[in-house]
Amino acid sequence: MAQGQPIYEARIPIHPRSVKGRFRNLKTGILLLAYGVFFGLPWLRWDREYGPSQAVLFDIPNRQFFLFDLVVYAQDIFWLAGFLVVAALLLFFVTGVLGRVFCGYFCFQTLWTDVFMYLERKIQGERPARLRLSKQPWNVEKLWKLGATHLSWLLVAFATGLGFVLYWADAPTLARDFFSGDARFAAYVTAGLLTATTYTFAGLAREQVCTFICPYARFQSVMFDRDTLIVSYDQNRGEGSAGRAKVKAGLKTREGRQAAGVGDCIDCGYCVQVCPTGIDIRDGLQVSCIHCALCIDACDTIMDKQGWPRGLIGYSSERELEGGKTRWLKGKTLGYGAAVLVVVGALVFSILERPPVDVNVNQVRQPLFVQMSDGRVQNSYELRLNNVSDQKLDFTLDIDGLEGATLDLGQVEQIRLEPGQRLTVLARIRHDVEAGADSPLRFYFVIRDREGRIDPVEADARFSHR
Amino acid sequence: MSTQDNRDKNQVETTGHVWDGDLQEYNNPLPRWWLWGFYATVVFALVYWLIYPAWPIGDSFTKGFATITYEVNGEERTTHWNTRALLARDMQTGEYAVRQREMLEQVASQDYETILADADSMSFVNAYAQGSFGTWCAACHQVGGAGVIGQYPNLRNDHWKWGGTVEQIEHTIREGRLGYMPGYRDTLTRDQMNEVAAYVLSLNDYDVDSDMSDAGERIFAGMEGGCFQCHGEDGQGLASQGAPNLTNNIWGLIDVQGAESDSERLRLVANFVRDGIQREMPGFADRLSDDEIKMLTAYVHSLGGGQ
Ligand code: SF4
Ligand code: SF4
Repeated sequence: MAQGQPIYEARIPIHPRSVKGRFRNLKTGILLLAYGVFFGLPWLRWDREYGPSQAVLFDIPNRQFFLFDLVVYAQDIFWLAGFLVVAALLLFFVTGVLGRVFCGYFCFQTLWTDVFMYLERKIQGERPARLRLSKQPWNVEKLWKLGATHLSWLLVAFATGLGFVLYWADAPTLARDFFSGDARFAAYVTAGLLTATTYTFAGLAREQVCTFICPYARFQSVMFDRDTLIVSYDQNRGEGSAGRAKVKAGLKTREGRQAAGVGDCIDCGYCVQVCPTGIDIRDGLQVSCIHCALCIDACDTIMDKQGWPRGLIGYSSERELEGGKTRWLKGKTLGYGAAVLVVVGALVFSILERPPVDVNVNQVRQPLFVQMSDGRVQNSYELRLNNVSDQKLDFTLDIDGLEGATLDLGQVEQIRLEPGQRLTVLARIRHDVEAGADSPLRFYFVIRDREGRIDPVEADARFSHR
Repeated sequence: MSTQDNRDKNQVETTGHVWDGDLQEYNNPLPRWWLWGFYATVVFALVYWLIYPAWPIGDSFTKGFATITYEVNGEERTTHWNTRALLARDMQTGEYAVRQREMLEQVASQDYETILADADSMSFVNAYAQGSFGTWCAACHQVGGAGVIGQYPNLRNDHWKWGGTVEQIEHTIREGRLGYMPGYRDTLTRDQMNEVAAYVLSLNDYDVDSDMSDAGERIFAGMEGGCFQCHGEDGQGLASQGAPNLTNNIWGLIDVQGAESDSERLRLVANFVRDGIQREMPGFADRLSDDEIKMLTAYVHSLGGGQ
């Protein structure tokens, strides 16, 4: 290594200026909603016939997730896969049409960073004050202000960690136990970990997460096409033929500027100062741009002040920038849209159609069959029953499709399952098989509730005799 | 992003190495967070090494500061942290260990009637006894209880040499069984053995020469063979002697059903009459607790032929 260069590159701190405008309001609205949901949901109570009275609860030890009126068991884990597919497709779909709206408005990283920046501004002041503070030598004021900032960040980070942990147990109890030191070790570890990561990512790393760590940032641009909406600077209007120029004598009115070949951009730098990732949108579309549209608000403010039309920076598509018209309906969008609908439909169908009892038939394979002394062949099965309904059920077992066979449950007479309870029932089937019959034979176990509260559930099984 | 740097954006630092006049080696340093992340992993590793067993040294290893306390036969024992001790402790105090103990106590306090009729208890017995069965019984009777023809009885059918009630099964497990049938090589001639064999096969509706089987029946039921003394006059067997029922076409010791021809079948049975057999199942009363025996009994009973 030559000339004693540093082996690392220090982060250059960014001190974004605040801005007012419609996108800022939209972002704030979404932020408040997201925070409200995230922090409020664990406290929402929910009346259930069975289970905890918390609307959303992920009960890991008992392997069941409560989501309002839906109870998800471990065996429903493929719903999660379905949900993730929906999320991915939705991301493809939305990104193809609206660009990186996820990054700008919904991403946790962006939302939390936004809150941290807000706190920073409330304590340390607006951008010039912060710049001054960061340059000034250490003194009481700087110590106090930076200390308070980091403390407030840590508080929010801790609230985040705790808020997250509350989803995994009864929230009021856990909150109390947490502070009295009685909560599970895992709760402290999780809360601690989330506090640390939130503080680090939203407080210290910020835009570096978007540019260096986040995989979405990398592959979202792959989903772009010429009709995708992007935040962009209107080069033609802003630069004219002679480039951008500050407002000065002779260049005060739009007419004057146009006569001089100068564009509408007054090079005030406001759009750059508000950017949370510290880029200059006037350089064109960049991977660091999270499409938060704050620069649009900034420039609109300037344009309003000048009395010129808005939209020097605005949402447009590459095609529009080249003078065309954005096409909304394109094969890709329709394809993704259709795929989203199909998967959502399948998921909703699967959730609605879930039978109230989950049955898993396991044929005993060692031995596959035995001959009984009356000459009949016997197969044994383990039936795993899981009552996924919210009422106590009293099951009866029958078989269907195996003419003349008998079902033997030993001396077990009553199979009663509490909601959420699991049970293995041993069943034996004896059958006088016709010579030359195929093996295995197909049949069904039919599971009913003695009181007829559920539709009969059929479970596929095989009878082997050769 | 670092683009607000004062440096010219397009100019990357170089190491100063130049080849061929214009070929330069660029220097793009790691971001600082990355570097600190790396240092953090180093620190983590050091702390980890101190706490947990980590490094092999000769035929020993560094034990780490962390300890774990668990019980061995009612005595507390503390060792350096290791997964075996962790497992041992989990098996004593873990949530599922406790639940298992509760179920065990419940089943232990029930009688067979109750256990067999209660779906919950049977579900537990099945899960629990499968483990014991695998440990103690499967070596002979196979994992699923199918046994081995000629060696170990099949526990899944309803053919019980020693009886298939829970009491009889429990007795078998506790005390073991000694099964014995004498060989007839000195008592019967080869023809007589064939005749007895023909009779036994006829009991199971196999095609045999009726003269032969009639002669065989006389030997079977008479003092010459004396077979009836154990197997009963009609060949139904006698559980107190461990003498199997010969009429149900279930063959635990000879693979009659697998034989390829009538003469092969006849030969197999006749040879068996000639050689006799002795089989022993060891008792488990000393090796298993009462509860374990109870579970195994209920489990074996439920395999398919309990009476
Ligand atoms: S360039 Fe504009 S839209 Fe992109 S990140 Fe910066 S402020 Fe947000
Ligand atoms: S805010 Fe608008 S006018 Fe000001 S520098 Fe940016 S693009 Fe130009």
